[in-house]
Amino acid sequence: MANYEVHEHDVIVVGAGGAGLRAAIEVSAQGLSVGLVCKSLLGKAHTVMAEGGVAAALANVDPLDGWETHFQDTMNGGKLLNNWRMAQLHAQEAPDRVRELERWGAVFDRTKEGQILQRAFGGHKWKRLCHVGDRTGLEMIRTLQDQGVHQGITVYMECTISKLLKDGDKISGAFGYFREDGRYVLFKAKAIVLATGGVGKIYSVTSNSWEYTSDGQGLAYDAGADLIDMEFVQFHPTGMIWPPGVRGLLVTEGVRGEGGILRNSKGERFMWKYLPESTKNGFAADETEAKEWVEAAIAGKRTEARRPPELSTRDNVARAIYIENKEGRGSPHGGVFLDISYQDPERVKKKLPSMYHQFKELADVDITAGPMEVGPTCHYIMGGIRVDADTAHTRVPGLFAAGECAGGMHGANRLGGNSLSDLIVFGKRAGAGACDYAKGLGGGQPTINEKDIETAIEELEAPFNREGKNPYDVAKKMNDIMDAHVGIFREEKEMEEGIAKLHELKNDIAAVAIKGSKAFNPGWHLCRDLKNMMIAAEAIARSAHARQESRGAHSRLDFTETDKGKWNEVNSSCSKEGDGMKLEHTPLPVMPADLKKLFEEKKKESPNA
Amino acid sequence: MRKAKLNVYRGDKNGGEFKQYEVPVEEGMVVLDAIHYIQAHDAPDLAVRWNCKAAKCGSCSAEVNGMPSLMCKTRMDRFGDDEEIKVQPLKTFPIIKDLVTDVSWNYEVNKKIKGFSPAPDEKEWVIHQEDIDRVQEFRKCIECFLCQDVCHVLRDHDRKDAFMGPRFLVRTAGLDMHPKDTANRMKYLKDEGHIGMCNITKCCTEVCPEDIHITDNAIIPLKERVVDEFYDPIGKFIKKVLGSNK
Repeated sequence: MANYEVHEHDVIVVGAGGAGLRAAIEVSAQGLSVGLVCKSLLGKAHTVMAEGGVAAALANVDPLDGWETHFQDTMNGGKLLNNWRMAQLHAQEAPDRVRELERWGAVFDRTKEGQILQRAFGGHKWKRLCHVGDRTGLEMIRTLQDQGVHQGITVYMECTISKLLKDGDKISGAFGYFREDGRYVLFKAKAIVLATGGVGKIYSVTSNSWEYTSDGQGLAYDAGADLIDMEFVQFHPTGMIWPPGVRGLLVTEGVRGEGGILRNSKGERFMWKYLPESTKNGFAADETEAKEWVEAAIAGKRTEARRPPELSTRDNVARAIYIENKEGRGSPHGGVFLDISYQDPERVKKKLPSMYHQFKELADVDITAGPMEVGPTCHYIMGGIRVDADTAHTRVPGLFAAGECAGGMHGANRLGGNSLSDLIVFGKRAGAGACDYAKGLGGGQPTINEKDIETAIEELEAPFNREGKNPYDVAKKMNDIMDAHVGIFREEKEMEEGIAKLHELKNDIAAVAIKGSKAFNPGWHLCRDLKNMMIAAEAIARSAHARQESRGAHSRLDFTETDKGKWNEVNSSCSKEGDGMKLEHTPLPVMPADLKKLFEEKKKESPNA
Repeated sequence: MRKAKLNVYRGDKNGGEFKQYEVPVEEGMVVLDAIHYIQAHDAPDLAVRWNCKAAKCGSCSAEVNGMPSLMCKTRMDRFGDDEEIKVQPLKTFPIIKDLVTDVSWNYEVNKKIKGFSPAPDEKEWVIHQEDIDRVQEFRKCIECFLCQDVCHVLRDHDRKDAFMGPRFLVRTAGLDMHPKDTANRMKYLKDEGHIGMCNITKCCTEVCPEDIHITDNAIIPLKERVVDEFYDPIGKFIKKVLGSNK
């Protein structure tokens, strides 16, 4: 029997990005004992990469903004597949969560009047993104980190959870290892909040870090939760594409929010061609009007001019760039040009400092002097663990999820800026949900089944005890399959082949082997991560294959229209059945009449949306 | 394709040695890409920390040819075609394995600094941009700890028992200069953080990947405040007569 250390808390939070930190702060504020477990050092989670801002209808810059419009924009952006209740709570509570961050020490950029400044972003009708230059995520994570530290939260850094443990159907703990020396650890807990982020590492070109290996999705799936809407993977339209070493790195949507213009190799400003009829009215009619809007934004003045076409939603811009390339009007390295160099260089450096440095240092491009070359990069998954909107509770008693690993909030496509607000709104709610549940359980900890721990250890050690595949080769194979078969554009036969190849790849994953010791061994860590990655890959491929329509981020070459019938009314749901994955389609929660009415009235009132 | 020779430190607290790896060099490649190549092809158990690969998270700090650097920002074309590239862990912190060091001391120091302490106040805050420009400079810090690594008080004299280091002077400055903060951290700076141990060699400023003017904008003003508070008899008298809130 191997040794392991044991820690006991009321609530364990897995993941220390925005959602995990906010959840842990809530649990601690309610007086329960919380342990925060994170795969990296504290403060390094993916939230740190978020650039453009956090969406909240504070109405500091555009006084007509309010939660209803934010709600409407979010639902429209998600092609109405969002969980309406999550979108509602998110729009209503984001302003308070942002003000709370300010009280905890976050230093947002200011308006001339000294309020929190807000910028424009794709799909948001009004200037709504509170920001700090282009490093909003860093500001947010550092603020939450320090708030958590001073509240006395116990943090277990560089610790990976490999298995959730249950007492009957209820959560009773989590098992894992510390990266430093590979020692095992058991966390006993009444409730667990998963806040582990996304799945980007299953694609080769991604803005995501090594951590994004579908951990929460995989753990929840294995514990009996279901994953919804996994076919909706957001390819951010503007990633760096050259040189190869930086391929996939994010170029913030803030560039377009500040007036960045997209052009093809012929110099055409192509986005006008791709605006859907239904939203065309919300955008500038021509260069003159777009210019007027940008000039007003720079001067901090209000204007009647409408937004430039570059501020269409991410799914739409990514598709446009893909088509421009396919039709031979792409940039030399397979992207398009994004240009902000027509503006005052000092302003560009002030508003987009990290973009300026990123291009200057990594690509030898001065963005104040010429255009950037950009193309789509895998950025975010809208789908995820199904949760109750109000409490973030999954269908497994005691298991909660928040942030990117949870599904429902963003529907078929996420608006930029809605992710950071999602983290703090539902991070807090998940923390509160876990507290209520833990208090309801009463005094004692649920029982840990020793047999489960033995199995967990066997699974972790297996790669040391065999000759077999290099985990990095297997990961590369998975990337190739997902790139080729379930990328931005999808088609029946391609996906069928992809699914078959993924099935074969399962054998390779079962045969990965590693040498060396358990001490800080990234190859060993990848062996375990591959299992979670496969769950996401299969769920994405199968959900995408089944959904015979195009909607939001899910674009089918063989079904190009958005369905008004069946597919308008269902979520995909993947869950574990025996050794296989069961795919079902469950009814979409129906918006109550009063909200629907508000929604429809709003639509009539404001053709600009 | 050109191949670069990387000498990478492999070892742990019991000792180790440099091992040489050959890596094909692509255009625009950075040292972290080369390390990833080695992991995928030659040494899957090569330990390295990284996250964002875009100089935003401060995880991949190491010493490249003796220079404390973020590996994700250090381009391979900076080195000559035949130049061997030596990559080793930060010297100031105890090694865990290969390029990974134990930086937990930094997190312990951070806990001791009094957090943001605004006065209770119900109204929406009005804060003007010009009053926070400086604070925002400090808040750009990505906690890569390169400044801690290069600080000779910590690196050469190993005074982690006494000196908080440049990173946490920057953090304190960010709190202290926040227009809404009310706490006084001067006694802590003087007696526990030992700000006096810094003798302004500016090495920290030189290695900062975020170009924070650590010495000029953070440490020197804090030193002045400590002096004002504890070593300025006339100022002390005036404060006594007129009262002071900070």
